[in-house]
Amino acid sequence: MIIKQLTVFLENKTGRLNEVTQLLGNAGINMSAMSLADTSEFGILRMMVSEPERAILILKDAEFSARLTDVVCLNSPNEPGALARALDILSGEGVFIEYLYAYSMDNKSANIVLKPDNIQKCIEVLQAHRLELVKASDMYKI
Amino acid sequence: MRAIQTERLIETVKRIYHNVPSYRQKMQEDGLVPDDIKSIDDLSKLPFTLKTDLRDNYPFGMFTVPMSEIVRIHASSGTTGKPTVVGYTRKDLNSWSEVVTRSLCMAGVHREDIVQVAYGYGLFTGGLGLHYGCENLGASVIPISGGNTEKQLQLMEDFGTSVIACTPSYSLYLAEEMEAAGIKKENLKLRIGIFGAEPWTENMRKEIEAKLGLKAIDIYGLSEIIGPGVSCECEHQAGMHIMEDHFVPEIIDPVTLQPLPAGEIGELVFTTITKEGIPLIRYRTRDLTRLNYEKCACGRTLVRMEKCKGRSDDMLIIRGVNVFPSQIESVLLEMSETAPHYLLIVEREGNLDTLKLMVEVQEQFFSDEIKVLEALRKKITHKIQSTLGISVDVKLVEPKTIERTAGKAKRVIDNRKL
Repeated sequence: MIIKQLTVFLENKTGRLNEVTQLLGNAGINMSAMSLADTSEFGILRMMVSEPERAILILKDAEFSARLTDVVCLNSPNEPGALARALDILSGEGVFIEYLYAYSMDNKSANIVLKPDNIQKCIEVLQAHRLELVKASDMYKI
Repeated sequence: MRAIQTERLIETVKRIYHNVPSYRQKMQEDGLVPDDIKSIDDLSKLPFTLKTDLRDNYPFGMFTVPMSEIVRIHASSGTTGKPTVVGYTRKDLNSWSEVVTRSLCMAGVHREDIVQVAYGYGLFTGGLGLHYGCENLGASVIPISGGNTEKQLQLMEDFGTSVIACTPSYSLYLAEEMEAAGIKKENLKLRIGIFGAEPWTENMRKEIEAKLGLKAIDIYGLSEIIGPGVSCECEHQAGMHIMEDHFVPEIIDPVTLQPLPAGEIGELVFTTITKEGIPLIRYRTRDLTRLNYEKCACGRTLVRMEKCKGRSDDMLIIRGVNVFPSQIESVLLEMSETAPHYLLIVEREGNLDTLKLMVEVQEQFFSDEIKVLEALRKKITHKIQSTLGISVDVKLVEPKTIERTAGKAKRVIDNRKL
């Protein structure tokens, strides 16, 4: 249930994001979701990609500072209040969320990528409440 | 030792007085003639020699022998204006080999060693200085010179290099490239590193020793005095033994120019007492250090100098505060979260000097969380502020964005027009 997120350190310089997307595109690696967190000085690019292990080698070769981060992905029904219920459960069990980003592939459901402080506990809590988690193998197929 | 120094000093003063008009003039202005110098104790009566004296007498004006006696010329890269030129007679080259050989012996290098000399060969004294010293010792020299890192690593692996000689910053660059190429230090035979030509810290030594699996030895020298081999650490790594029978050290206060008592930090001044080509009296090195006259654990009684604390002329004065780049380096290395690659940029905005520090974030400490990186930035900012007493704007940059060179690392850009 643990999914490898590709994380890249980017300086705030024109063209750095292009370089990452071009490198991955040229290598035939697909990105299904991404989020760019920025500060005044630097940014952190977080991505779901089809082949995280290969992607990181490509980026390191190009001298990017990149790493794989463990995250979980919750599949939530596309309806009002669905995310609130899931987050209520997590906060009720004391699971702290560092960051999250969400995307929707169709009209029925949305994927929510979560970086919790305690990933094992987060998975146990979500599974105990019968919430649907996206399998890593399914994630990389997108 | 003092008897040898006295005898050689008297000889040197005569040689210079009679052959170098500019220095003779300085002595005359002070009312001195060679006969006033009767022992090494009279050294402090003599006027200083400055780098500008060499520049003013460019190129060969301070040589004390005819050019027919000069067999080698070296020059140090001039940061401003013309290079500083030095000439060696055959005897000078022999003395130089001798002091480098001694340095290598002290460091524990022997004739079975394979020494990769990765200092630049050419006008710079590093490459050829180490080269002849190694040959004289009987070690096997690989004269690869600086740069061409891939080849350096290949030969290190294939030839079983046991001793590497280069600048400390280049050794860290080699370590980085080794990691990138998947070469493990266990698969190399490195056991000693002879590092010099730029200031480095004890923390940097630890990092180099850990990453390359060798003993990192500090060697000191400057082309004006002879090149590498003026002093070098022994295997106890407790200060660099100065070859006092060739180069007599003094420590002076760089402001009052008065000699300081033993053990005090001040500017290092050298008098060469065996050189023929371009002997120099009381040459101001601008390096700040202190001398230790105690007998070393290795048994040698040659006086030891500490690692240079900085230079009396690259000291930055920022908002009235004296800043040495080496202080910043120590702070960064203490934290161990950052590679020792940094760049200090000094600007003047209005009447206020600002200090900006670019720091490369090592890959293993890069986090996916903004707050962790922000905390790292704050920690560096705070530590530097508390060490230097002035505020600094810290910017985290991607690994390998600060330019590396095979030679000396550029640590400071001063954009102030003062």
